Amino acid sequence: MLSSPTVRTSLIFLAIALVGLLFADIAITASNPWRDLGNFFLGIVTPNFFSSEGLMTALLRTVAFAFVGVALGGVVGFLLALVYRSLPVRMFCAFVRAIHELFWALIFLQFFGFHPLTGVLAIAIPYAGIFAKVYSEILEEADPEPGRVLPPGTGNITAFLYTRIPDCWVKMRTYTAYRLECGLRSSAILGFVGLPTLGFYLEASFSQGLYSDAGAMLILFYVLIATMPLWVRPKLLPVYILGAPFFLGEGLPIVWGNLQRFFTEDIVPAPLRNGEGLAGLTPWLSDLMVNEAMPGIWHTIVLTQIALVATGIISLLAFPLISNHFGGPIRRNAGHVALVIARSTPEYILAYILLQLWGPSMLPAVVALALHNGGIIGHLIGRQTNSIKLRADAITGFNRYSWELVPRVYRSFLAFLFYRWEIIMRETAILGILGIYTLGFYVDSAIQNIRFDRAMVLILVTALLNIGVDALGRYIRRKLALQTMPTC
Amino acid sequence: MSGFDLSGLTASFSGKRVIGPLSLQVNPGDKIALVGKSGAGKSTLIRLIHERVNRDSSLVPQDLGLVNALSVFHNVFMGQLDKHTTWYNTVTLARPFAKDRTEVTALLQSLGMKEKLWTPTASLSGGQRQRVAIARALYRNAAVLLADEPVSALDGPMANSVMTLLRDRFSTSIIALHDVELALSYCTRIVGIQDGQVALDQPSEGLTSSDIMSLY
Repeated sequence: MLSSPTVRTSLIFLAIALVGLLFADIAITASNPWRDLGNFFLGIVTPNFFSSEGLMTALLRTVAFAFVGVALGGVVGFLLALVYRSLPVRMFCAFVRAIHELFWALIFLQFFGFHPLTGVLAIAIPYAGIFAKVYSEILEEADPEPGRVLPPGTGNITAFLYTRIPDCWVKMRTYTAYRLECGLRSSAILGFVGLPTLGFYLEASFSQGLYSDAGAMLILFYVLIATMPLWVRPKLLPVYILGAPFFLGEGLPIVWGNLQRFFTEDIVPAPLRNGEGLAGLTPWLSDLMVNEAMPGIWHTIVLTQIALVATGIISLLAFPLISNHFGGPIRRNAGHVALVIARSTPEYILAYILLQLWGPSMLPAVVALALHNGGIIGHLIGRQTNSIKLRADAITGFNRYSWELVPRVYRSFLAFLFYRWEIIMRETAILGILGIYTLGFYVDSAIQNIRFDRAMVLILVTALLNIGVDALGRYIRRKLALQTMPTC
Repeated sequence: MSGFDLSGLTASFSGKRVIGPLSLQVNPGDKIALVGKSGAGKSTLIRLIHERVNRDSSLVPQDLGLVNALSVFHNVFMGQLDKHTTWYNTVTLARPFAKDRTEVTALLQSLGMKEKLWTPTASLSGGQRQRVAIARALYRNAAVLLADEPVSALDGPMANSVMTLLRDRFSTSIIALHDVELALSYCTRIVGIQDGQVALDQPSEGLTSSDIMSLY
């Protein structure tokens, strides 16, 4: 078995994670974590839907920001997909999608303030980069044969509309709908930086210990996502998209002076701003690198590698929950609910909750990342096992799991895992805002101290790190000949 | 013009010559059947000829080139996309014009599948899909037909009526056929391909199926 490249790769990653554990700060520091956890679950089972009128508004705003952001990102992404062959476009898209929605929000907050535009652009910009990549991949996969049979002299637009779009339509629609679900999650967590969406009210309820209010909010969010097939209908989409901009809220007016100041002063590196010239830039940059970027990168990588392996373990444990190859409709229904909850809860919210309950360390982040991503991969793999036909006399129980199913799905499991590697790293960096020493922590501190020049450099470093891991993940998938459809 | 002189046709796959060098004189009014065992290079030859005479030919490739998500009507209409403006084609995608609908319906009636006009081609059977590709070639209405096994998925009577239609609607045609009887009854000239070379080129009159069998 050791000769199999997939097993060897898995073991190498397992070993890296174990070494990482030696350096990681894994602890429960809260004085009474289990009582807090108990109170939280008590809050979930005794939700209070009527405590404040703010709850419904927050839900509405969450949906509105998601629709406007995803629609704008989708349109721009589609246009970029048409010219995706050009290298500068590809680099631009890779760059904008390597920066997390929350980082974009933090940047826009500095010059647009709490204007709806901040939230809309924070979703639309990274999503445009992702849409461009995925749409262009879908368009590439279209059957080229009909195009060859077209009468010569057919116009480019006509040819595109007749031979590409119809072939790709279903895939593009499915992916866009899926992306809208991601958009709802992104929109919800934008509340954590002060926009009027769910995260804002969740943070407020938590800080006051109002667990029943927080529980109600989470339950409504799950219902919102689970019922998407019912209320997101093709015929209603134009209504939603045209209506959504009117429900973003007023926010605060944009002060245009801030915009100018941000670009001409705030983000100019301090030594240049103070007239020290290029000579002052080197010590400034090396100080930033040694004291902030390097520790940030180190912690981000350690946490990412541990979370990646934990995600893999959770996925492999979770997929039998929804697989038809094991008995019991009750188990399957409960399994579906558990996985829906795990994958609908943004890792940021999970990490926030666990951090409140367990106190600051890397542990809440690892558990949050593993539960969320493990829920997604477990769901996909579980569904995949349902299309496997076992022979009638196939062995049952744990042997069925280990001999019949895991070997069959292991390659696609690895494909999904390596696909999500970059996503896990992007999230790991952002979790720093919650107080874990990943890159997000240093970005957030720089912004708190109004040192936007440093924040921008650190965001740039984060983006480059993500692009690097993305490339490495793709290299490994290609080496192992693993294929996968995109997940968010 | 519907006759042409093809010379120096060659094709290689991964460095190995599969066709030619080969020359073929096609006269106006020729109805040529390309015969030969599978792998002899018939499909490659059809493709090469199509590259040479693109503008003037209606093509039925072996894998049909249908857009599965579009209806039968739209797939047939694609044969004349070059004859209309972009906006006309775009409107047609959403709502076809009555004139085109009538034309395409009549064409499909002659192929025995009028009732499938609005069915997506993805949900058709193999034989029906083949007839959609043939309808597209007929609708294209070029002077020359280039077809690669156009009736391979059709049953006997249907194959005969489609071959009749193709013979009557195109003055010049080059059709790759594995069915020797069909080749003899619907074509005026038989070209046998063997190892990428022309091994036989004679009028079908006077040929019998056993003469052709030597190629296989």
